[in-house]
This record gives sequence, C-alpha cells and structure tokens, in this order.
Amino acid sequence: MSTIKLTRPKLDAGEKIYFGGIVKGFILTMKHAVKSLRGKSYGAEGLASSGLGVTMQFPEQRWDDHMPEYYRGAPTLVTDEQGRERCVSCQLCEFICPPKAIKITPSEIPSDDKWAKVEKRPLEFDIDMIRCIYCGMCEEVCPEQAIYLRKDYLITGTSRKDMVHDKKKLYEIGGTRVGLVNKWNELK
Amino acid sequence: MSDTPSATAEAKLPKDIAAEKGMVNVQIDGNWHQFPKGTRMIEACRSVKVDVPYYCYHPKLTVPGNCRMCLVQMGMPPRPAPGQDPSYDENGYQPIGWMPRPAISCANTVAENMGIRTTGELVEKCREGVMEFLLINHPLDCPICDQAGECRLQEQSVGYGRGVSRFVDMKVKKPKNVDIGPRIRLDDERCIMCSRCIRFMDEVAGDPVLGFTQRGTHTTLTVHPDRQLDSNYSLNTADICPVGALTSNDFRFQMRVWFLKETPSIDVNCGTGTNIIIHTRGNTIHRITPRQNDDVNSAWMPDSHRLNFHYIDGDTRLTAPLIKDGGKHLPASWPEAISATAQKLKQFDPSEIAIIASARMTNEELFLVRTLAGELKTGQFATVPREGENDGILIAADRNPNSTGAKLVWASSDTSGPLFAIREGVRSGSIKALLVLGEDLTAEAGFKTEDLAKPEFIASIQLLAGATAEASDIVLPGAAFAEKRGSMVNLSGRLQRLNRAVEPQGEAHDDWEILRDLICAITGQPTSGPDFPFMIEDVVKAMVASVKEFEGITLSKIGDLGKVVTETDYTVPLLENERARAAAGIING
Amino acid sequence: MQEILLNLAIIITKVVFFTFLVVLPLVPLSVYFERRFSAIIQDRVGPNRVGIPLTLFGFKKDFHFFGLIQPIADGLKLFLKEDFTPEHVRKAFYWLAPALTVVPALITVCVVPFGPDVTLFGRTEKLVIADLDVGPLFVFAISSLTVYGITLAGWSSNSKFPFIGGVRSTAQMISYEICLGLSIIPVLLYFGTLNLSNIVEYQAVNGWLILPLWNESGSVFSAGYWQTCGPQWLFWIPAFIAFVIFTVSIFAETNRMPFDLPECETELVGGYHTEYSSMKFAMFFMGEYAAMVIGSALIVTLFLGGWSLGFGADAAIANFSIGAFKIGGFIHLGIFLGKLLLFINFFILVRWTVPRFRYDQLMKLGWVIFFEAALINVFLAALIIAAPELKAVIIVIGFVLLVAVTAAVIWVAKVSEPPTKILRA
Repeated sequence: MSTIKLTRPKLDAGEKIYFGGIVKGFILTMKHAVKSLRGKSYGAEGLASSGLGVTMQFPEQRWDDHMPEYYRGAPTLVTDEQGRERCVSCQLCEFICPPKAIKITPSEIPSDDKWAKVEKRPLEFDIDMIRCIYCGMCEEVCPEQAIYLRKDYLITGTSRKDMVHDKKKLYEIGGTRVGLVNKWNELK
Repeated sequence: MSDTPSATAEAKLPKDIAAEKGMVNVQIDGNWHQFPKGTRMIEACRSVKVDVPYYCYHPKLTVPGNCRMCLVQMGMPPRPAPGQDPSYDENGYQPIGWMPRPAISCANTVAENMGIRTTGELVEKCREGVMEFLLINHPLDCPICDQAGECRLQEQSVGYGRGVSRFVDMKVKKPKNVDIGPRIRLDDERCIMCSRCIRFMDEVAGDPVLGFTQRGTHTTLTVHPDRQLDSNYSLNTADICPVGALTSNDFRFQMRVWFLKETPSIDVNCGTGTNIIIHTRGNTIHRITPRQNDDVNSAWMPDSHRLNFHYIDGDTRLTAPLIKDGGKHLPASWPEAISATAQKLKQFDPSEIAIIASARMTNEELFLVRTLAGELKTGQFATVPREGENDGILIAADRNPNSTGAKLVWASSDTSGPLFAIREGVRSGSIKALLVLGEDLTAEAGFKTEDLAKPEFIASIQLLAGATAEASDIVLPGAAFAEKRGSMVNLSGRLQRLNRAVEPQGEAHDDWEILRDLICAITGQPTSGPDFPFMIEDVVKAMVASVKEFEGITLSKIGDLGKVVTETDYTVPLLENERARAAAGIING
Repeated sequence: MQEILLNLAIIITKVVFFTFLVVLPLVPLSVYFERRFSAIIQDRVGPNRVGIPLTLFGFKKDFHFFGLIQPIADGLKLFLKEDFTPEHVRKAFYWLAPALTVVPALITVCVVPFGPDVTLFGRTEKLVIADLDVGPLFVFAISSLTVYGITLAGWSSNSKFPFIGGVRSTAQMISYEICLGLSIIPVLLYFGTLNLSNIVEYQAVNGWLILPLWNESGSVFSAGYWQTCGPQWLFWIPAFIAFVIFTVSIFAETNRMPFDLPECETELVGGYHTEYSSMKFAMFFMGEYAAMVIGSALIVTLFLGGWSLGFGADAAIANFSIGAFKIGGFIHLGIFLGKLLLFINFFILVRWTVPRFRYDQLMKLGWVIFFEAALINVFLAALIIAAPELKAVIIVIGFVLLVAVTAAVIWVAKVSEPPTKILRA
C-alpha cells in the first residue's frame, strides 16, 4: 500500500478567524446568483438557457436541435434496405443488459419465408423502458447491427404495460437504417 | 546422502524407480511427472492441468488424429553413439532432444524421459495455423447457432487463434439446415470434420449411419443414403459435436446456453440411473444432457430419457390440491386437502386400507411411505413393477429408477409382491381406501378404469392428470424429478442424489413434504418444534438410522458421482463394452 | 365580565393572527425562498410552474405566480402520503416527537414584538401576543424543549442512524444554548430590560444595536449625533461580538447548515427523522423552519431594531392613522416582516455557501471558542457600560485584566489542542 504524507496547510491569522473566508464565499455565491438571474451563467448560451441559470424550460423549449450525435435515447430495432428485420434473436443484448430490461423469445423462420436462410428471428422482443438505463450496451454487443439507440427521449406511458416496448413498437421507432453490413447476402 | 554426481549415479535413477511401478517419467512444460505406461500424451497433460486444445479427440472414442489441434512439441533423449554412455543430469534425467516438428498429442503415448512442450513459438504458431484453416469455410453463424457459448471453435479461436483470416476467397457452400434424423439437425457448413459423431455412432451406438463424402474443402458429413440418424442415442452426437454442425431439434432456438443454470442430478427413466445435468433458466427446464460417470453411464444417455421432461411444465401437470365434491374436482388449500385425507383414512379399518407407492420415489419418500403404513397399521403397501426391454447399451429392463432402493428401505426382497393381492382386494371390495403415491394405476399396475370406481375413497399424489387422478377423491399434486432433492439406488447398487433444479410448478409440493404432513395429520404430531422434520436432511437422518446399508450417509456425502451401498450382479452393457475396448487399448477410457 | 371576554377574544385573535397568519405562512414561504434561491445560486430555475392551471378551464395560458403555489402543493403531497409507522418503533414517543419539535417553536412566537401599538375601535393594543418582561428568557426556556422532540424521535425510532442523529442534536443544542444565553447578556446589560417591546422601542430611538446611526440627538447627518455617539459606538464592539456569537449559535440551535449534523445525509441517511413519513415528517420540517423564523425574529429584535425603520422616522409612522384608527403599527409589522425575510434569506445564503462542519469542529467551536468569547464579552460589555462611573485607574486595571484573561484563554486553548497529526491517505 502506498502512503502519501499530507501536511495540514499552514493558516495565517486571517484564515484562522475564518470570517474572511465566509464573506468571500457569500460574495461568490451572490455573484453567481446575480449572473444566473441575468442569464449570463457559464455555458448558458450553449445550453440554450431560458434566461435563468443554464436550464431549458422543457415542454416549451426542446433541445432536439442541440442533441449531440452520440446521444443515447430509446433502444430500437432496425430493418435494412431490403426490409429484413436484422435481429436474429441471439440474445446477447438480453445477456449484457445491466438492468435486465430486454426479454426475447426466439423463434425459427418458416422455410417458406423469403429470409428462411437466416433461420432465426425473435418471436417477441420486449424492452422494459422503466428498467432501461440507456447505457447502449445492447447496441455495442449486437453482432448483427440490429439494435440502435435512437434520439427518442420522451418515453412516456400511463401504465407499466405501456412502458414495455414490444417488437412492433421497437421497429416502428427504429425504422430503416441503410448502409449496414449485408451479412445475409445472396452469396451466403 | 551426498549430492555429488557419482553418488547420484550409484543411487537409483528416476527411470528405474518409475519402471518398478509400471510408470514412465515425462517432462511437461519443464516439470517432471510420472504416468502409467501407455498413457496418451494429451491425457498426461490433462491430468497435470496443462491445457492442450483439441477437437476430434474424445476419451471414450477411438483416436483418428484428424483435427491437428492438439499439436505439441515432443522430445526424446538422443540415442547414444555406439560405446557412449547415456549422460544424466543431477536429477538423474537424460537431456531431451527436441524434435523440430510438432506431434499430435492425442495419438501418441508417453515414453520414458519424454519431453512435452505445450507452449512456445512452434506450438503456438501451429495452433494459429490450424485454427486459421478450420475457420476458412466456417460460416459467421454464431448469432443464430445454438452451440454458441459452448462451442469449442469459439473458445479456442479466442484462446489460440490469430484473430484475422488471410483468406480472401469465397467460402465453400454446403448444405445447411439438413434434416438427417427425427431429433438431429445438420449444418454442414459449420462442420470441422472432426468425425466424433461418425465414431460415436459406429463404436458406441452401434448404428454406423454417418460418414464423410467428397474430398478436401468439399468434405461433407452426411447420413447413409436411405437411412436416417434415428438411433435412440443420436442426441449424444449433438453433445460431442465441438461446433454447431449437429444440433438438437428439441433444443433448437429455445435458449442461449449462457443463460442456463446447470444442476447435476440423475435420470429417473430406468434402473441405470444415468447421471445428468439439468439445464434451466428461471423455473423452466430447457434441456438435459448426460454427465460423465464412468461407473454408471460413461458419458452418454439415450434420447428417450433425455427428452422426457416436457411433461413437467406441460398442460396436464397438476398444480393445486383438488378435492372431489359431488363428482367434480375443486381446488383446495393444502391444509384442507391434507386434513381431509387424514380424516377419511382414519374412518377405515386398517385392513381396508392399501397403499400403492412407486419405485420412482426417492428413498426418503419410500421411507416415509413405510412410516405412513405403520401409522395406518396396514401391511398392504407395494410398488408397481415397470418392465421394459434392455436395449443392450444403457437402458435397463427395469424401468423403475429406485427398485433397489425400495428393497433396501422397505427391507423386502419383492416390494411389488403385494400389488397382486391389493388389486384383487380392490376388485373384490375388501380394500375400501386406496392411497396411490405417484403412479397412474391404469398403466403398469394393471388396474382397469372400472376397478378404480370400486374403493370408497382414493387419495393420490399425482404429477399429471390421468385416470387415477380422475378417480381420486383427493388429488395431491407432487413434484417431478427435477423439482426434488433426495436419493435413489440404481440397479448396480449405487446410491445417487437427485438435486432440485426448478421449483415445483404452481402450488405443487415436494412428495416427502406431502407424506410428512399426512403422517403428522394422522398421528396428530405438532407441525413445528425441534422434532418436526423441516428439511429433507431430517428425513435422511431418520432413514439412515433404520437402513443399515445407508450407514453414515448424508445427502451431501453422496456426492455427484454417488456411492456404492450394496452389491448386485447387474452390469451395464455399455460399460462392459467400454472396459473391454479400454483394456484392448482402443480407447483411453 | 365583559371586559374579560373581550380581552380573551383579543388574545385569541392575536394568537391566531400572529401564529397562523404571520409566522406559519412564513414557513412555506421560506421553503419557497430556499428552493428558488438555491436554484439561482446553482444556475437552475427552481420551482416556477405550480400555479393556477387556467388552461384546464379553457384559458390560453396558465397562471404561474412564479411557482409560489409550490409550497402548498408540497404540503398537500406530504398530507396525502401514506403515514407509515414502522413496526419496531416505540409508538407513544414516536408520535409525540414531531409535536415536541413544532410546538415549542410556535409558542415562542408569543413574545416577539411585531410592531408598536395600534389603535383600533378606540382600543390600544400592542402588536405582541404576550408582552412579557422576561422575553428572551422565555424564548430560551421554551425553545430548549425542541431538543426533546429531536432526541425522542431519534431514540424512539429504534434504528441506528436516527439514534446517532438524536444524540448528536442533543449534544449540539445543549452546547450551543450556553453560548446563546451568554452572548446576549451584554445586550441585556445595555438595554437594562428583558422586555422585548421595550428593547425595540429603545432601539427605535437610540439606534439599532449594531447599526447605531442615530440617537436622540439626531442621525448621522446632524451635528448633534456626532457629539453624543461615542458610548454607542464603544458598545458596538461587544454588541457585534454578541451578534456574531448569537447568530452562529442560532444556526446551530435550528440545526441549519453548516451545523445540520443531526440530519447529515452523507453520514446518517436522514438523521433523526429517517423513520418518519408523511405529516409527521412534515412537522419536523415545519419545526425546523419555524425555529429558523423565530431565530431570525429574535436576532432582528435584539440587534437590528425589530420593527423600527430608524432615523427617527418611527414616531411618524407609528402615528399614521386613518380616521380614528392608528394603524401605523401595521406598517411597522411590514417593516419587521421585511427584515425577517431578509434575514431568512441570509440563513439560506449561508446554507448554500458554507460547507458542513465536522462534528468535532462543531463541538470545538461551541465549547472552546464561543463559550469563552461570550464569557469575556460579558465582562468587556460590563466594563464599557460601567466606565463612565469608574475612575480611570480602575478602568485601566480592568482592561488589563481582561486582556490577560483573554490571552490566558487563548493560550490554554492552544496548549490543549492535540498536536497536528500527519494524515495518511
């Protein structure tokens, strides 16, 4: 175990009395308060402040335009250009999901299906958005580029059941994503 | 002892010490070990916990040496020139001359003063090369492959592969999703030509229907024309397949293996008592695989036994106690059902009561059955015999898993003997109350449906809905084998342990708890306090005290591989065959 | 008989008016200020939404009212929450504790002078519930009972963290009560009375205790003031020391930051009220804020001139009347409340500026510094007050003695301090 020797700082008399420091503190906080009231807080502009502090007034103001590329919103399932559902229900996302929000029931693709050679697809794919912590591990772990975190952040519902996104809903939010690796091509 | 070289030379050399015991000295990764003569190099390495990767090698099968994954660097002492004495180092070993080319460790046996290197540049390069070759045509199916997670190819390509492939050509296309048998699906693209399945079907199952066709990269595993892979042991090929080429239809796409919890237990479909692993997720059983026990089932199990678990959460499973009221079964609570049963039974004369138990019950349950019979003062209790055909491999003719245990616990040489008298008693009307424990009487017991209408009162512990449950006045839902803890004795006298893999379905109770509650209700014993058996361990204690063969046994002492408690003359044909082949040196055993 | 009934009615009116219409509404108001002010300090907005939802009735915009309705909503929420009593608590004390914290705080309201006399319907009444001649003593006596509430809450919860919180608060409040009491002795010596109304009236005429900018001879702008302000400013020294000690001790007494160790979240989860919920928790909350309001009122009364505006304007305000009603007192009430709110905001500013003390630092501050300082301050004030009647030699001897005692105290405090340890991280 490494030890670091710390010596107490030597305080002069003024510092020991402590009141100077407190007054300094008051001035600092009051300065901050005034700045905040004038809407001149640090970073207020970049964060599209409403004029008080750095806060945006949510329902009226939206930060959709300010959302960074890497924003992690609701996890969704995507289809590709050919309209194939990319998920093959390998259940890696279910495994990696830290809050265990994902539940997949795998199924076999019937042999008369256009994509029968993929063999496997999810029968049910539920993400419990009450549990989801938007960590993005599912996206990272997906070997089929099938699950993506989109920029949807307004995930609301009036009951617990509403908050479970089923397969249909997930594809609805996810939409089509182009330019992904076409692994199950005609050569496969 | 002096440590001068001359003194060591006068002392016995290690090779002589080893030779006295029939052993040889082998240096593995710099450390010297002793092994019996004839040990294969790969087994020698495994026994000293040195990891050698392999695909085609299987200790229970012959060694073709065709996957080349187990390459190691081998060395022997140089042959001395004529007239030259062999030199020894201070420990008495000769210097090892390493061969420039690697050798497969599965097909070579160890020799005196041999050296094995499982690490080093040569070996690692070789493994990388072999992995790269194996992966040339292997498809990127892992996301949809059932083997993913327990796939040797996955594991070893991570462990020993080079990470990238230098091959730019198209992969060879082969048949996928081939229906080769009722229980097995073949994917030829995934096959790495290890031939384990071919050897298994030939050597163990005795039904050589698999083979390779074509040559080179086009080598294809296939089933003999006009034949199917329909042996009762076919699913073992899926177990031993190191990749996902052969997969089980039953388990196909059900669950990824990394979710499965493994519980060691034993099979209850025949007297062999095959050791199994129950794979569960949550409260659902997803598959059952054999567990190696060289004294019971080697490493195999029949398909019929393996797949016989779907009834546990099936539609016919009984999940709540039922009391018949006016010809209709109505759900009841456990205390109600137990006290109603006890009250009814007390109304009959002991001679009017009979108990039909089952040799599918554990020793503990059978012990409680005996206690219950004692409390009811009836001598009429029997198990139901269940005879089948011995398949000459693993399946015993006695399809009851615990006939031997029943004999020991009841201290009787014929536990099913009184069944005939009971049946006649029921038919003649002299037996008015019937307690049926875990058996459907219309099956092996020889009762007819109309016989079951005769007794005034039938109470039964049942797993599934059936004729007996239908005829019972009170139905007590019991637990299936995967929901129980307890012990059984197989035909060769080996005491083995069942472990609970899942919780009983619905409100079903463990059978021993039902019997305990029933005994307490009949005798009026308190259902709490220090003497009340809260745990099955308490029952085991009581049972061990009264059965001399079980002396000193507790459930935890039985262990995963079981303990022989009594001598029988029963032999398992598969094990005989295996021992003979091992003795002949065909397999390692 | 009728006179008695009338007096009773007047007393009840006063109680209801001051307790429930003046002090209690200040509690949610100070909560609102707390939240808004802290939000602004931290670049946030704070509660600004809760208002009258006019859009529900078809109007275009809601009436937000700056979120001032928020405290009411909070109160409503606390009211409607499940009142959960854990199984393991000592029920009687558990139920008693919240009442014991909130009641003393409200009782002390009765001696606070909210304003001078008002004349309504021909009757002249003081704007104070009970014009006691032992005002500050009464306040100390009653507010000391608060510690029972907190200690009982901690103990009866039968749970570890609340218990530690309760013990901490007991030790802390008992320690600081001494400083509290000692620190105002100079003030009482100076005023020569314990009647808070009289103290305020004195300050209205002779300048606020720590802001003596005017006296009977006029304010800073007149020459007469400069000739007579000497003693006033001389006494300003002990008065200021008293003010500082008193204010800091009030912080400790009300368990406010930076001395809120009894409910220190980082160490004790919620402190003594961890096991409380719903209205019982709300009563602790209310007790804390009511204590803060009363503490501020006391400081304002003793040091900052209570309801007076100063600069000789008070007489004119007091005589303001509409017809026969001399209602200038209500203006003074407004002035008093204004000062009170300012001081409450000072409380809040301190909370969001100064970090929490360590418990040993807190105890050291109370026992080693404030206790001695207050004690010396008593003698200093006595010397200054008595100086005009003493001979110069005695004054000098007294002064020298005081300096020596002070030096001795500082020396003892320094010597008794354990040597600085080398900390290991």
